[in-house]
Amino acid sequence: MSIEVRLEGLTKVFHSHRESVVAVDLLDLQVERGELVTLLGPSGCGKTTTLRLVGGFEIPTAGEVYLGGKRVTHLPPQRRDTATVFQSYGLFPHMTVFENVAFGLKVRHLPRDEVRRRVREALKLVNLEGLERRYPRELSGGQQQRVALCRALVIEPRVLLFDEPLSNLDAKLRVETREQIRRLQKELGITSLYVTHDQAEAMAISDRIAVMSEGRLQQIGPPYEIYAHPANRFVADFIGRANFLRAVVVGAMDEKLAVELAGGVRLEVPFVEGLEPGTEAVAVVRPEAVDILPEGEGDVTAIVVFGHYTGSLATYKLSLPSGETLEVEVLSPQEKGFLSEGTRVGVRFHRQSIHLLKE
Amino acid sequence: MERYRELRRLVHDPFLLFLVTLVFALLTLFIVYPLVRVLTTSLFYRGEFNPKYFLQFFQRRYLIKPFLNSLTVGGLVSLLGTLIGFVFAYAVTRTDIPGKSLFKVIATFPIISPPFLIALAAILLLGNHGLITEFLRTRFGIDWDIYGLPGLVLTETLAYFPLAFMTLEGVLSGIDPALEESALDLGASRLRTFFRVTLPLATPGIASALLLVFIRSLEDFGNPIVIQGHYPVLTTQAYLAVTGMYNLPLAATLSVILLVPTLLAFVLQRYWVSRRSYVTVTGRPTPSSLKATTSGLKWGLFAVLCVLSGIILLFYGLVFYGSLTRMWGLDNTLTLENYRYVFSTGLDYLLDTLKIAGMATPIGGILAVVIAYLVTRKRFPGRGLMDFLSMLNFAIPGTIVGIGYILAFHRPPLQLTGTAAIIALVFIFRRMPVGIREAVAMLQQVDPAIEEAAVDLGAGFSRAFRRIVLPLISPAFISGMVYIFVRCVTAISAVVFVVSAQWQLITVALLHEVDNADLSQAAAYGVVIIVVVLSVILLLDNVLGKMILRRWQRVH
Repeated sequence: MSIEVRLEGLTKVFHSHRESVVAVDLLDLQVERGELVTLLGPSGCGKTTTLRLVGGFEIPTAGEVYLGGKRVTHLPPQRRDTATVFQSYGLFPHMTVFENVAFGLKVRHLPRDEVRRRVREALKLVNLEGLERRYPRELSGGQQQRVALCRALVIEPRVLLFDEPLSNLDAKLRVETREQIRRLQKELGITSLYVTHDQAEAMAISDRIAVMSEGRLQQIGPPYEIYAHPANRFVADFIGRANFLRAVVVGAMDEKLAVELAGGVRLEVPFVEGLEPGTEAVAVVRPEAVDILPEGEGDVTAIVVFGHYTGSLATYKLSLPSGETLEVEVLSPQEKGFLSEGTRVGVRFHRQSIHLLKE
Repeated sequence: MERYRELRRLVHDPFLLFLVTLVFALLTLFIVYPLVRVLTTSLFYRGEFNPKYFLQFFQRRYLIKPFLNSLTVGGLVSLLGTLIGFVFAYAVTRTDIPGKSLFKVIATFPIISPPFLIALAAILLLGNHGLITEFLRTRFGIDWDIYGLPGLVLTETLAYFPLAFMTLEGVLSGIDPALEESALDLGASRLRTFFRVTLPLATPGIASALLLVFIRSLEDFGNPIVIQGHYPVLTTQAYLAVTGMYNLPLAATLSVILLVPTLLAFVLQRYWVSRRSYVTVTGRPTPSSLKATTSGLKWGLFAVLCVLSGIILLFYGLVFYGSLTRMWGLDNTLTLENYRYVFSTGLDYLLDTLKIAGMATPIGGILAVVIAYLVTRKRFPGRGLMDFLSMLNFAIPGTIVGIGYILAFHRPPLQLTGTAAIIALVFIFRRMPVGIREAVAMLQQVDPAIEEAAVDLGAGFSRAFRRIVLPLISPAFISGMVYIFVRCVTAISAVVFVVSAQWQLITVALLHEVDNADLSQAAAYGVVIIVVVLSVILLLDNVLGKMILRRWQRVH
């Protein structure tokens, strides 16, 4: 596999007259050909700045950007083989859909017939045939979004950059569109860098997710890896929901670690590099990786302190003997009955799903 | 590191590099260099450091007197103009008097016409041979005329109150009437509401208006040269130092003395007062509440507005009437002779004016849009400096600019005195800031992603600018050009220094006629100027489908 995007020690500091903000801090990242990598993180984590550095809209304070093995740090956007789908779409309001999509091709001085043919094909790809003569303001939000996508696709860039492309759409359309984007991206095999703050979107669309916080890369890996084996507390907390229970490693076997939770519960959980017997750790317990059983069964007894019913799920907050709170999600609560506050229940942890973090 | 990278980036965008270099070269040559020449001329004498006129400042009457006079006029005009402006603004925003839009249009007359037409009208009425002067003399034997301080205050107040009006109209309409309603609702009287709510909220705006009118009055050349009598002010004194005494160091010193209070007021207004505003402009018009005024107050305000608008209309009407008389005050029989003269002997002036405007308008318009774009959207070393330099002439009195241009360009390598180019250049670099501000305001409404998309798709700077930016801000582009054009036809203070025998302007011709005491002929020039200006504005107004004046008001 060849590397299409390589960021080396990328750093961007913004100076205002009062303070300097480090938006991106020594970021190293590689994207392989045909891969879709998501930059995910809370707002202000530097993900959009990173994307803009790749696109050439910002000049890095330090570090380098390589596209297809060539250093492009010093090149302006028009000399980089990237195309961006902007959050606000950035459609040219005084041009029709056709002219918008044709713009990048005309810039490249392609023959008129080829421009027309390629615009047609691209519009067909995103189901926008027949809207060529419309102006952006005459389109729905979803259609505008697809024009923006189409305009970026049509020039067949080496790398496609997405800057929160779905944030202006309503929830249902967002899911539809992200499926469409993923399908097109796979079909055409376009290397893509995708910025979002929506973790569900990132999980659904990505080959790999790069989780960022405060300008730094926290972890990069496939969605499964990120969820099951978060590298640190931030990632565990940001992706999905997580309980953090105090634990001490009490023994190590091949591929297993024995831990004791704060309340005295002993569990054998998957092995994690670097945790010796005797060290303190934090056990990441996902709310769905816990079973609620009748009192007396399972690993430990707990009391329901709060219940919350949302139809497909029931969420409970349980108080453990250690004093810690455990959030639990139960699927199809109508089959199991809704537990009222004060109920004493048994709790069983799914050993395989527990992930230990160094404290 | 980042600076260095900005530079390297520039090298890879040759057209942008070219533009940035060109703009800096132009700003340096036509804004900074003339200013520096004024400063050095005032400080050096025969090649040696010798600020002799500064040292004599307190001893020489011809230095200190115009300074004090300018401040006196400026202070009085500022107070009166702001008061009248406030009355206008309050009436228009806080009552439902009839004829609001008419009052607004009348208040813009002095802005689009050459401001010194007011002085001309005042002389037609109250000058040596004025209607009222003659009446007083023949009926009551009173020998009184308007020349001097009273004339200056009267004419400049009428000429510059519209500026205060526009500033305060913006401020008052930005104050949510719900605040006044709340005060009334809580039991405050109307008077108390006005003094405890409305006025405090408008205070930054009032301070702003005071300073703006003060600056305009200090800079004014047209009205003083017509009506000052034996009450010299700095601008006219500097003009006389050049044309009468050929004493450029003195002229330079006087203009530097003029610069000090002007710049001080500008800095105060720009960086202190305007930051203190309580008004947040949302662009969402609040339904105006009319409960804060009684009907007595309303009709009182209406009467005041009628009187003031009446005076303005009377003044302009007088200019028109005067243009049709044979020799004002001596022979008031009606004739078209003056217009025949304008279109025969005076035709050169008119054509020169239009030719120069034809040069300055497109160049200034394009330059303004380019600078606005560079400073709002592009990153390059020296961006802040470019912004500052391009707006500098906005804060500097025309007199200094004019003197600076003769000092800077009267000998090789860049000998421009006597050409049309020097006049056009004065207009371009003096009037460009309005175009820049308009374009900046408009660019701020345009999503940056639109241009980024163009560049991202491979368009170079030039293409993105022509195909994307320019179409999107064309209204600002056009209105910036109209502004330059109008000023070419109406302005006087800076260009009076750079006109020549070969290249004349219609405004200068008008002043010559005032000088020759041929007021009727001067009035005819005035009417022609107004007709040219109005036809251009109305023509383009229809093209744009928007009130150009409205747009200017917002950026002024």
